[in-house]
Amino acid sequence: MKPDELRGLAQKEQEARKSYRFRINVCCSSGCMPFGALRVLTAFRDAVREFKVEEECYVARTGCIGTCSLAPAVLVEPGDYLYQNVTPERAREIVKEHIVNGRPVKSMLYGNEAFFKKQLRVVLRNTGKIDPLRIEDYIAVGGYYALLKALTRMTPQGVIEEVALSGLKGRGGAGFLTGLKWRYVARAPGSPKYVIANLDEGDPGVFANRTLAEADPHAILEGMAIAAYAVGSQKGYIYVRSEYPLAVQTLKKAIEAAKSMGFLGENIFETSFSFDVELRLGAGAFVAGEETAILASIEGRRAMPRPRPPYPAQSGLWGKPTLVNNVETLANVPVILLKGSEWFSSIGSKNCTGTKCFSLTGKVNNPGLIEVPMGITLREVVFEIGGGVPPGRRFKAVQVGGPSGGFLPEQLLDLPIDYESLTKAGAIMGSGGIVVLDDTSCMVDTAKFFTEFCVDESCGKCTPCRAGLHKLFKILDGFTRGEGSVEDLSKVEDLCEFIKEASLCGLGQTAPNPTLTTLRYFRDEYVAHVMDKRCPAGKCFRSGGGGGVE
Amino acid sequence: MSKPIELTIDGRKVVAEEGETILKAAKKNGIYVPTLCYLEGVSSFGGCRLCMVEIKGSPRLFASCITPVAEGMEVLTDSERLRRYRKWAVELLLAERPHVCSVCVANGSCELQQLATELGVDHLRVDREWTDYEVDLTHERFAYDPNRCILCTRCIRVCDEVEGVHTLDLMLRGKNSKVVFDLDENWGFSQSCTSCGKCSAACPVGALYVKGKPLSEVKKKDLVSFIMERRSGK
Amino acid sequence: MAKVRLATVWLSGCSGCHMSFLDQDEKVLELAEKIELVYSPIADVKDFPENVDVTLVEGAVGNEEQLELLKRIRRNTRILVALGDCAVNGNVTALRNSLRNSDEEVLKRAYVENASINQAAPKQVPRLLKRVLALNEVVNVDAYVPGCPPSAELINQVLNDLLEGRTPVLEGRFKYG
Ligand SMILES: Cc1cc2nc3c(=O)[nH]c(=O)nc-3n(C[C@H](O)[C@H](O)[C@H](O)COP(=O)(O)O)c2cc1C
Ligand code: SF4
Ligand code: SF4
Ligand code: SF4
Ligand code: FES
Repeated sequence: MKPDELRGLAQKEQEARKSYRFRINVCCSSGCMPFGALRVLTAFRDAVREFKVEEECYVARTGCIGTCSLAPAVLVEPGDYLYQNVTPERAREIVKEHIVNGRPVKSMLYGNEAFFKKQLRVVLRNTGKIDPLRIEDYIAVGGYYALLKALTRMTPQGVIEEVALSGLKGRGGAGFLTGLKWRYVARAPGSPKYVIANLDEGDPGVFANRTLAEADPHAILEGMAIAAYAVGSQKGYIYVRSEYPLAVQTLKKAIEAAKSMGFLGENIFETSFSFDVELRLGAGAFVAGEETAILASIEGRRAMPRPRPPYPAQSGLWGKPTLVNNVETLANVPVILLKGSEWFSSIGSKNCTGTKCFSLTGKVNNPGLIEVPMGITLREVVFEIGGGVPPGRRFKAVQVGGPSGGFLPEQLLDLPIDYESLTKAGAIMGSGGIVVLDDTSCMVDTAKFFTEFCVDESCGKCTPCRAGLHKLFKILDGFTRGEGSVEDLSKVEDLCEFIKEASLCGLGQTAPNPTLTTLRYFRDEYVAHVMDKRCPAGKCFRSGGGGGVE
Repeated sequence: MSKPIELTIDGRKVVAEEGETILKAAKKNGIYVPTLCYLEGVSSFGGCRLCMVEIKGSPRLFASCITPVAEGMEVLTDSERLRRYRKWAVELLLAERPHVCSVCVANGSCELQQLATELGVDHLRVDREWTDYEVDLTHERFAYDPNRCILCTRCIRVCDEVEGVHTLDLMLRGKNSKVVFDLDENWGFSQSCTSCGKCSAACPVGALYVKGKPLSEVKKKDLVSFIMERRSGK
Repeated sequence: MAKVRLATVWLSGCSGCHMSFLDQDEKVLELAEKIELVYSPIADVKDFPENVDVTLVEGAVGNEEQLELLKRIRRNTRILVALGDCAVNGNVTALRNSLRNSDEEVLKRAYVENASINQAAPKQVPRLLKRVLALNEVVNVDAYVPGCPPSAELINQVLNDLLEGRTPVLEGRFKYG
C-alpha cells in the first residue's frame, strides 16, 4: 500500500460511515456471545430490513463495550446510547422506536452514567465502535496512520524518543519505562531482533487484553509494527493464551488482512521496512506469561522462567535481543505518535502517565472492563465507577493486581492508582485486576484462597516459590481450622519475606502479597482465628471450609 | 581473549573475565558461596537459591551461579539476611519430601545434609511432607527414589548436555514436579537411557544412585567436571 | 549451688540416643556432679515430676500416651531439648507417615502380615496417632540436638552449654542421620 492509498481509503470509509445516520454496534465478544449476541445481531439486521432503514442505519458486529454484566450490550451512535440485556425481541423494538421514531427506549438503556463518567478511553478507543474483522473500520478511525507517520516522517530514534517522552510504562505489570526498554533493544548488539506482544493474561478474572484483541486487533498489530521499526526488528510474535479462541481467531484474521493490505510484510508503505507477525499459542499456565517463560515456550521448551539478567533485551529469543511488551502497552503507541507525547503525558499523574484498563469484579454494583486515567483514586473506581458494594453490605477490602495483588482497606481508598503508590501499600498494578470484597469475606480465608492459586501455578523451579508457598498455604489452611498460635503469625511473615525476596520470578516475588497485606491491615482477623478460634466473617470453622472469593 | 572485568566481592577487589558468573569469580578467588543446583560443567539453572548474593545498589538478590559479573559491581556473599534466607531454603527442601538421612544411601555424602550442618538448620519450622512416590528399581544398576529428589535438575542437564541423550526431564509443575525418564517410563524400560550413570553421579542427594554402593564410594560431582575439562581439551 | 534437675525421656525411638548419652563415658560423672536425675528410663520413677530444669526427649510422638506425656513435660520443664533425629524431625519413626491410614497399616504389617503366629494387632497398647509427629509439631522446643544418634560429644557440649546458661549454637557441629 502506498501512503496515498491509505488516505484515500480512510476518506472513503469515513464518508461511507457518514452516509448512515445511525450505527448500531452489537458487542459480539467473549462476554456477550454466551448470552446470544449473535442472535441479537441477526435480529437487528432483520429489523433494519423489516423497517426499511438499511440506508440510514448500519448494524456493526463489534467487540466489547465494557459492561459485561449487562450482556448482550448494544451501543447506538450518535449519542452513545447503551442498551443492556438486549434480546432479539428487544432489538426489533429498539430499531422501531429509536431508529424509526427517533425515541430512544429509556426502559432498556443502561441508566448508569457514573460508570462512564470518570473513565477515559485511550487504549479502548475503538472497542465497541468498530468491527474488528473489517480492517477498513480501523482505517476509518485513523488506523495505520501512526505507522505511516513513523515510517515516512520519523527515524527509529525519533520514535523511541517520542515514546520515552510520553512517559508510557509497561502495562504488563512491572511498569518498566517503555521508551527505555525500546532503547535497550535498539542498542543491543546482535541480529535479528524480535518483538513479542504478550497476550497471555493468565490472571483469573482479568480480561482487558482479551477484550482489546477481540475488539481492536489492529491497534495491537500497528503498535507492534511501530515498535519493530523503532528497535530494528523484522519479526514479531503474539504470544496468546490458548484459552482465548475468539481472540486467536480475530488476530489471525487481522494479521491476514493487514498482510493483504501491506501493513505487514515486505517494504511496508514502500519503505525498506519489512515486518511479519506470527501467533504463538500459550502453554496454558499463569507463569507462561512471564517474559523469560515466553521465550522458552516459543523456542519449544517448557515455559519456565529463568533468572534475569540477561534481560530479553540483551538475550531473548534464540539468544537474540528481544522486545517483550504487553499488548495494552503496544496499543497505546499509535495514539502517542498521532497525538504526541505531550498530549499523552498530560493524562494521568506526573510520574505515571496515560490510562490503565482494569477488570473490575467482585462485590460491586457495576462490574466490567474499565479504563481510567492513572492517578485516579481507588475510592473513585470502587464507589463511583463501580457504584459501591451491593445494598446492605459494607465495603471491606479491595484487591489490586490479580491473584498476587495485595488487599487494601477502607482507610487506603484515597490512594492514587499508580505503580509506586500501589507497591508501597503492598499491592501491585499487575495486569489490572480489581476485586472488591465486602463484609461477607474472611480475610484469612481469602489470603489462603489466593495462596492456593499461586501454589497451583508455581512452575516449581525455585525453592521459595515451590516449597515455600505450599507451606504458607498449609499454615493459612491451619488458621482457618483453628490451628496455630500468635507466634505463628511472625513465622508467616518471616516465610513470606523469604518467598518475596528470594523467588526467581515475579510469581513467587508477589505471591505473598495477599498474606502480607491481610496481616498488615486485617491482623485482628488472624488473631481472632488463632486466639479465639473464631472467624469474624463466619466463613471458617465450618465443615467443608471457606470458599474464598466467589 | 575477553576483556577483564574488575569488581569487588566481600570487599575484596577481584578480576574476572567478561561473561563469567559471580560464582565463578568468587570461587577462583577462594571465596566460598554455598550452592546446590549448580554443577560445574553444565549450564546453570538458578533454582535452589542457595547461591544468592547481594549486589550493592539493588534491593534484589541475585543467584550468583547464573548472574554475570559487571564492571564495578560490589558483591556481598554473606550477610545476616542471606544466611536467614539460605536457612529457609534448606529447611524447605528438607521438609518438602521425606528426608530420613539415617536410612539414606547418601548419608554422609549428601550436599543437602552437608548444607543443613553448615547453615545450622538443626530443626524445621514447618511441617514435613511424607510423599509416597514409588521407588524405581527397574534398572539393573541404578535406582531412583523421587522421595529424596530436590528438583535441582542436575541429572536432567547432565543427561542432556554431557551425555547428549535427554532421557530425563521434568513432569508436572509446582510442588508436583517430578523428574521422569522418557515419557514417564520406568528407568529399566527407558529406550533412550544409555546407562552411563552420569545422572546418579550428578545427583547431590540420594535420589539417583548406584545399586548396592554407598554414595561415599562414588566420587560424584567431580566426574562431570572431569569429563567437561577433558572435552574442552584443557 | 543447687543441682540442675535433669530428666530424660524415651518416646518413639530406638533408645540409641540414650545409649549415646551414656556413651559420654567419664564425662557422665562430671555431669553427675552438676545434675540431679529426676526422671529417666534408667531411673525408676513413675510419674514425670514437676519443676524440671532440663528435659532431654528422645523419640518422636507416635501415640496418644506420648502426646499427653509430652504436653505434661512441657508444662513442667524449663528447657526442653529434642534429642536425636526422631525427636527433631520424626526420622525413621515417622516413615510410616508415607502410608495411607498409617496407624492401622503399620500394625497390620508388623503383627499380621509379618507374623508367623498369633496374627493379630495388639489391643492393649495406647492408640497410635494418625501421623507421627516431631516434638515441635506438638510443643515449643528450646534446643535441638540432631543426629541418629547424636554423638556423645555433641550431647555433652549442648548439655554443658545449657548448664552454663549459654544458648547452644550448632552450626557446623551436628549431622542429621
Ligand atoms: C507470573 C507472571 C505472569 C505474567 N503474565 C503476564 C501476562 O499475562 N501478560 C503480560 O503482558 N505480562 C505478564 N507478565 C509480565 C511480563 O513478564 C513482562 O514484564 C511484560 O510482558 C513486559 O511488558 P511491558 O513492559 O509492556 O509491561 C507476567 C509476569 C509474571 C512474573
Ligand atoms: S517464582 Fe515460582 S513461578 Fe517463578 S520461577 Fe520460581 S517457582 Fe517458577
Ligand atoms: S538425600 Fe540427603 S538430606 Fe535427604 S535423606 Fe538422604 S542424606 Fe538426608
Ligand atoms: S534426581 Fe537428583 S539430580 Fe535429579 S533433580 Fe532430583 S535431586 Fe536433582
Ligand atoms: S546454585 Fe545457584 S541457584 Fe542453585
